Amino acid sequence: MNGAQALVESLLREQVEHIFGYAGATICPTVDALKEHPEIGYTLVRTEQNAGHMASGYARISGKVGVCMVTSGPGATNLITGIATAYMDSIPMVAITGQVPSHLLGRDIFQEVDITGAVAPFSKHSYLIKDANQIPRVVKEAFHIASTGRPGPVLIDIPIDIQTQELKEFSYPEEVNIRGYKPSVRGNELQIKRVIDAIARAKQPLICAGGGVWLANAKQELLELAEQSAIPVVKTMMGLSIMPTDHPLNMGMIGAHGNHCANQALAKADLLIMVGTRAADRAMVDPREIQRRMATIHIDVDPAEIGKNMQAAIPLVGDVKVILQQILEKQAPVTDSAAWLEQLRDYRKAELNRTFPHQDGYVFPGTMLRTLGKKLQDDAVVSVDVGQNQIFTCKYLPQKNGRFLTSGGLGTMGYALPAAIGAKIAAPKKQNIVICGDGSFQMAMNELSAIRAANLDIKIVLLRNQVLGLVHQIQNVPPYHGPFGVALDGSPDFAALAAAYQIPSLYVNDETKLDEVLGDFLSRQGSCLLICEVNPNVSTND
Amino acid sequence: MKQTISVLVENQAGVLNRITGLFSRRAFNIESLAVGVTDDPTVSRITIIVDSGNSVVEQVEKQLNKLIEVIKVRTLEETAMIGRELILLKVNANHKTRQDIMTICEIMGAKVDDISPSSMTLELSDTPDRIETFEALMRPFCILEEVRTGVIALQKGGGKI
Repeated sequence: MNGAQALVESLLREQVEHIFGYAGATICPTVDALKEHPEIGYTLVRTEQNAGHMASGYARISGKVGVCMVTSGPGATNLITGIATAYMDSIPMVAITGQVPSHLLGRDIFQEVDITGAVAPFSKHSYLIKDANQIPRVVKEAFHIASTGRPGPVLIDIPIDIQTQELKEFSYPEEVNIRGYKPSVRGNELQIKRVIDAIARAKQPLICAGGGVWLANAKQELLELAEQSAIPVVKTMMGLSIMPTDHPLNMGMIGAHGNHCANQALAKADLLIMVGTRAADRAMVDPREIQRRMATIHIDVDPAEIGKNMQAAIPLVGDVKVILQQILEKQAPVTDSAAWLEQLRDYRKAELNRTFPHQDGYVFPGTMLRTLGKKLQDDAVVSVDVGQNQIFTCKYLPQKNGRFLTSGGLGTMGYALPAAIGAKIAAPKKQNIVICGDGSFQMAMNELSAIRAANLDIKIVLLRNQVLGLVHQIQNVPPYHGPFGVALDGSPDFAALAAAYQIPSLYVNDETKLDEVLGDFLSRQGSCLLICEVNPNVSTND
Repeated sequence: MKQTISVLVENQAGVLNRITGLFSRRAFNIESLAVGVTDDPTVSRITIIVDSGNSVVEQVEKQLNKLIEVIKVRTLEETAMIGRELILLKVNANHKTRQDIMTICEIMGAKVDDISPSSMTLELSDTPDRIETFEALMRPFCILEEVRTGVIALQKGGGKI
């Protein structure tokens, strides 16, 4: 058995069912070994960055580690954005890169790049394999590291001569023992007791749920705690779909681009319970002010998040699911929050029922998203890009019991389409929606080929306003002096483009037709593109 | 405030790169860094001096702990550790100044490693404070070049990190 075969065998041992990749000379032995294993699905992307995003979407929906595999040099450097995007959102991923022959490393030969060095700041770990006999151990460790503790991307760089080197024997390790890596699981009992006491004292408690709740698969426990103790919940962008919009304890999304109700709740709470969130700048503009004003509990699996942005009064390090179970076992008291809930529900109601502005010849994104949300299936997967489309969707798309995927940390434009493809491959039966702008769509539209190649059913909503909307909006406010370099001149006829991939399209610029058009759009068999005409001067604050 | 962080790491290629990369990425300033293998050949010990407040040092510790190859991290308390640094210092020396230099070396406990008609190379291992005193005393003789290792440190008493 050679290194390439050992690598594929190791992937099988890790129950890998799909790889997103782009072949090149230095990864050819492994691609050759893959050919013998049709039980592992393979998607050829059109640029390596999207292999990372597809693996990310796949990981988020399957709950497994996403795997991408590319060649050395430019293949590896193109993948970097995919890895950084996954790192910022703590997505479990193993990225495999081919590398030039090990005896030529450091000579700057054709398609050589120091990829382990390049990704060090934004990968959880990386390996450069120099002996094929290490492959089983390295793969075992990589999957363990990627998927445990705070998940994240792990890179395995494997020179071509190591892929062709014969192993002495193949033996896959049963378990992993890395002395420097032992993530905490259970929360400290004494701290749990302090949490219970703090909840008992609170009159205006608030839970802030982040992406960590999804990563720990702790949605059920979070809802139980909120319901049992009558605590309203706000979410960060990464935690957005944790509870349905119409849940009586759901107060919306916090942050600079969040809901008014959620931000009011955050400003006025007397106890803030942060669960799987890092108090990032976009969610909490001034964490110090929050920490000064109210009691704070911070539950996170990553000890380094405690005290990085906010110094919580009661820190709790461990697996979010396990800690929430520990709190639930202790019978967290019902808080006396009736008045508080009533006040928040008034804000919430006003916001959910607000009327949107209207302009003839255009669709206001809020109007479209509200109608779309009502029509979506209960467990639909919605992938959203970056820019105004992301903010509008966060604010106005009603959530049910599905998933909302976006690049929250790095804010990578072009994430939505490939992430949706990964998600579709992970869950072929779930309704799969992409929402993007004409800027972000053009960063990833080459992946329509992946949709076509596998005949995937993905519904793409394109909010076309012919500018980079969010930048345009920022440029319209001092200290800037008006829009520049944001007009998307030269954009293609998107309907013709979709047609070139044999994907039908619909067009709407009339809000009275939205109901009908969206109904048609969603009921079609196979993929479809819906182009919504949006006024370039619309702001996310409208 | 200067603080001493002692780190045990896997003795593997690339580890030092990850650690220094972490410091620059997180905008932590390193005052000095010294690395060497320990009695266990699979483990190296890195001693890092940072000049930062307590919350920064706590964050440095936590970020270091996140690196897979980092086995243990401990900030050593100033009063509960032995910290030493080695300096090699080449100074101008002729028949007129040689004796004065020798006297200072004797008082400070420094060794003469090399001598030539126009220079002397001196060696001193001591606390950073005393190293600086020694350096100041040598400056009038004209220092030709010098090198310092950075501080290495161990806890006092029988305990280990």
